[in-house]
Amino acid sequence: MTVGASPQGSIIYLQDVTVDYDGFKALRDLNFFMDYRELRVVIGPNGAGKTTLLDVISGKVEPTAGRVIFGKSTDLVGRRENEIAALGIGRKFQTPSIFANLTVRDNLELSRFRPSKGVFATLRSQLDGEARRQIAETLETIGLADKADERAGGLSHGEKQWLEIGMVLVQRSELLLVDEPVAGMTDEETEKTARLLRSVAEERAVLVIEHDMEFVRSIARTVTVLHEGSVLCEGPVDQVQRDERVMEVYLGRSREASHA
Amino acid sequence: MLEALREGSVYTRTLPGAAEETVIVGDKVTEGDKTLVPLFSAYGREPIVGPDGKPLLVDISSLQEVSAGRSLRLALRPLIDAFSGQSQLGDPDPAVRKAAATKMGNAGDAAALPALTEALGRERDRWARHAMEEAVALIGLRSPDEAARVAAIGRLGELRSINALDRLRDVGAEAAAAAPVKQAALDSVKRIERWALVTGAIETTFQGLSLSSILLLMALGLAIVFGLMGVINMAHGELMALGAYATFVVQGWFSAHLPNAFDYYFLVALPISFLVAAAAGFILERGVIRFLYGRPLETLLLTWGVSLVIQQGLRLWFGAANVDVTSPRWLSGGIPVMVGVQLPYNRLFIIGLAAVCVSVMYVLLFRTDAGLRIRAVTQNRGMAACLGVRARWVDACTFALGAGLAGLAGCALTQIGNVGPELGQNYIVDSFMVVVTGGVGKLLGSILAALGIGGLNKIIEPSFGAVYGKVLILAFVILFIQRRPSGLFAAKGRYADA
Amino acid sequence: MRERTLLLAAAAVLVVVLPALNALPSPLVSDFTLNLFGKFLAYAILALGIDLIWGYTGVLSLGHGVFFGLGAYAMGMHLMLEIGTKSVYRNVLPDFMVWNRVAELPLFWQPFYSGPFTLLAVVAVPGIVAFVFGYLTFRSRIRGVYFSIITQALALCAWLMFNRNSLNLGGTNGLSGFKTIFGFTLNDAGTQRALYVVTALALCSAYLLCRAITRSPAGKVLVAIRDSETRVLFSGYSPAAFKLFVFVISAGLAGVAGALYVPQVGIITPAKIGVLPSIEMIIWVAVGGRGTLLGPIVGAFGVNWMQSILTTTYPDLWLLVLGGMFIAVVLFFPDGVVGAVQRLVDRFTAGGARRPAMAAGPPRLAEDAERPAKAVEIKAR
Repeated sequence: MTVGASPQGSIIYLQDVTVDYDGFKALRDLNFFMDYRELRVVIGPNGAGKTTLLDVISGKVEPTAGRVIFGKSTDLVGRRENEIAALGIGRKFQTPSIFANLTVRDNLELSRFRPSKGVFATLRSQLDGEARRQIAETLETIGLADKADERAGGLSHGEKQWLEIGMVLVQRSELLLVDEPVAGMTDEETEKTARLLRSVAEERAVLVIEHDMEFVRSIARTVTVLHEGSVLCEGPVDQVQRDERVMEVYLGRSREASHA
Repeated sequence: MLEALREGSVYTRTLPGAAEETVIVGDKVTEGDKTLVPLFSAYGREPIVGPDGKPLLVDISSLQEVSAGRSLRLALRPLIDAFSGQSQLGDPDPAVRKAAATKMGNAGDAAALPALTEALGRERDRWARHAMEEAVALIGLRSPDEAARVAAIGRLGELRSINALDRLRDVGAEAAAAAPVKQAALDSVKRIERWALVTGAIETTFQGLSLSSILLLMALGLAIVFGLMGVINMAHGELMALGAYATFVVQGWFSAHLPNAFDYYFLVALPISFLVAAAAGFILERGVIRFLYGRPLETLLLTWGVSLVIQQGLRLWFGAANVDVTSPRWLSGGIPVMVGVQLPYNRLFIIGLAAVCVSVMYVLLFRTDAGLRIRAVTQNRGMAACLGVRARWVDACTFALGAGLAGLAGCALTQIGNVGPELGQNYIVDSFMVVVTGGVGKLLGSILAALGIGGLNKIIEPSFGAVYGKVLILAFVILFIQRRPSGLFAAKGRYADA
Repeated sequence: MRERTLLLAAAAVLVVVLPALNALPSPLVSDFTLNLFGKFLAYAILALGIDLIWGYTGVLSLGHGVFFGLGAYAMGMHLMLEIGTKSVYRNVLPDFMVWNRVAELPLFWQPFYSGPFTLLAVVAVPGIVAFVFGYLTFRSRIRGVYFSIITQALALCAWLMFNRNSLNLGGTNGLSGFKTIFGFTLNDAGTQRALYVVTALALCSAYLLCRAITRSPAGKVLVAIRDSETRVLFSGYSPAAFKLFVFVISAGLAGVAGALYVPQVGIITPAKIGVLPSIEMIIWVAVGGRGTLLGPIVGAFGVNWMQSILTTTYPDLWLLVLGGMFIAVVLFFPDGVVGAVQRLVDRFTAGGARRPAMAAGPPRLAEDAERPAKAVEIKAR
């Protein structure tokens, strides 16, 4: 293994990453990696550093120390967000950020993968048959085919979330970073989202941050628990849920008296 | 009397009894097609009263003019100067004494020497002494005696007399002068020049400080409105103008109704300009701005419209020309701190005012309940409202507070600048630059930015002139913001990401 | 289709009908009116540029007067030099230079003897200034209000500088007294008519250019930037590059507008460069309807016409009306005239049913759509 290459087969590898905000350490010597085509859920109490983790990977925040390797050996530290996005990392935000004044279809069209997203390339870009097909497919996947020509700002909260997932899909991202996808959704929508993410994860790596444990259990295979900026424990859902440290961190010190 | 002769106000009139009386006439008063003048006695200048005890007004055509030809007038002048100078040397006001001494020194007439030396012996006031010594030395400079000259030159150097600088330089360049004289002159010149550098630096610092204080006063109100509430108030300058015009009105009221207490008008004007501007701000917030929270570009446009309306309103009401605001006596003049450095009272006052305002704001915002409520509402209105804080009321009051500060700034400005409808326009861009550089939401940032920009302005000005100075500052701000897009301090509050 | 015919008809009226009416032996459109319209059309070109950068991309520049002025001064310099010895002082140097005892023509004036160079400079100088300024600001993510304030400071500085006699650009009095343009007598009715036609054609070209840009995928990116710059960034685009592109184009359009303005109005002074004129330009676009391409044209025409009328009959009222317009547009008519008309039309056709959103409709909830939390905040009041 050459210096800089990640443990074999991982799509993303964070090595001893620290993020220091004037004394407050959001991430503390974090070591984290994910496999290709893995669906990982990251949980943890508030302030544990979950969103910061996504910020570091997607380039929004530059770590104070440590390395972030994407794929075989691509160092992400210091790169701009749009560069990282073009490399194949897509991010879905907690509050849906879509283009409200464009149609659903336009939203997807803009996000779709193109070799160059510079100004002049974009001026001249055309939609060929292949691209159209891809968009149609994505519309089906996220369930918004019948609303393709509506103004995106008029969608419901859940629909906006799906649209954003669609936008990330159409980017041909290899790694999807999904921040609290079911926040504010109804049960029905939550289930639909779970199905969506599961099908997405068949082709790509998906890193999900969530609080809703029902949802987590329905999609997760491996769960990582973050606490105060580092990994507390990692493993299958049931195992993690029964872990004492995790309980302590979420619920406070466990009672000594005989409570479950 | 001699002065009156020179002015041409001496007349004679024929008294009943055919005697002739010499009189001096006062200001002309026109009544119908007759020009009347009050009369004063020729020596002593006492008003001549008529049988009813009131000053006599006589038709000027009944008097005969005593004319003074040009040559007479020229001859009179030095006499008058000498006489008045001598009497002024004994005037109770030290400033008058000082001025008289300086005048005599500049004239360089050796005849004045005895009067000066005598006054010097009596003099107690530090600055009047300095002026008199300087005058003596300046006169000594022209003395034919070489040793005396050298002594005088040395004395001028000791006194750090900037006044004498040019003359000393001339002496140093004088071909006819003897070597020791020249040398002494050069030495003294060097000494004085070094001193001038020091005083120059001090003056620049002081000016920078006073400019910064003005910017700070303006930026403080803006920092509260913009920094805490996220409202871009382009009418901030006009709120300042409102404060300035309020001061003008108060001044007018005092002149009309309380002329004896005129000097106190300023003390009354301060709170009034605060209240006027605060009221305007309150109305503005309740009336239009509250619909636009979270939309800074819209508020920018809207408040610009408001500023145009206020400006035009001021123009229509007060006229387009600048209005005159006179400083009260206790703010005129200044403290002479060192030779060549005088700190004007009005600027000192502004610095003091700015310091007081900043402290009061700090205490208000960070140490009182009201301040806590303000900060709560601006950081999270919904939550604050849930906790029982009257969010709308707090909004309006905070805006009014910022506006009131602008009014105060306007009041302070009347003492050092012109007051016209465009007053606001001159300062609005600068104020925003301060807020942008200082960082949104942090009072400390605004303070430092004001100090920085004000100081920079004054340092650059002598070399580049005011205009290019402004351009350089703009360039500096742009480059500075590159490195720190959120300003000096990271933003808090509503606009953490703006 | 209907829209297209309407547009063609309007273009025809502007380009052909009006000047023809003026060219009649007893003109139905007076020289004065045609000239006035010519000025308005120049403003309309400027407004189009502003709409591109503000209406579509959401970047509020309060300093476009600078670009307008640069173009105008460039043309003005050439016209000054063209006067040659027919000026008051009968000197090759412009009058104000003789007055200021300038010995010889400053170096930077020299190239403006050449017509082609001038035409190039009219677009290039504002373009380059915009490029440098935009590069420095957009690259460092200076956005929103900060950007606006800085452009305002730029306008102020430019105004201060152009007022200086030492810059040799005419100081406060600017450049004026032109006699000929490219050899044609300036004050001749025929020349003015031709200038009008050129301006009208330029407007049409500018319109087509803007339309092409806004309908292209890049145009949608612009709207996307206005809606959610973060999302644009994370979709792989560099918002800074797009903003810079549009900023430069809008500056070029402003320069062209300036160059067309000068020969028709006969004078250019720093008064057109500063803070107030720059913000007036914004109001044209806002009143007309931002984010539509017709809006700025309507706005530029309408507001300036109103100004023309008011300043002659009730001069004291004008600033009050202008200020009032700012307030009204922001509070009650954010979509401007064109937007309001569009909504009316919508209401009467298809019962206001789901109308496919145009790529660049007037923005709803204007700026800050990026922070939906704020939207919630406003609604909760």
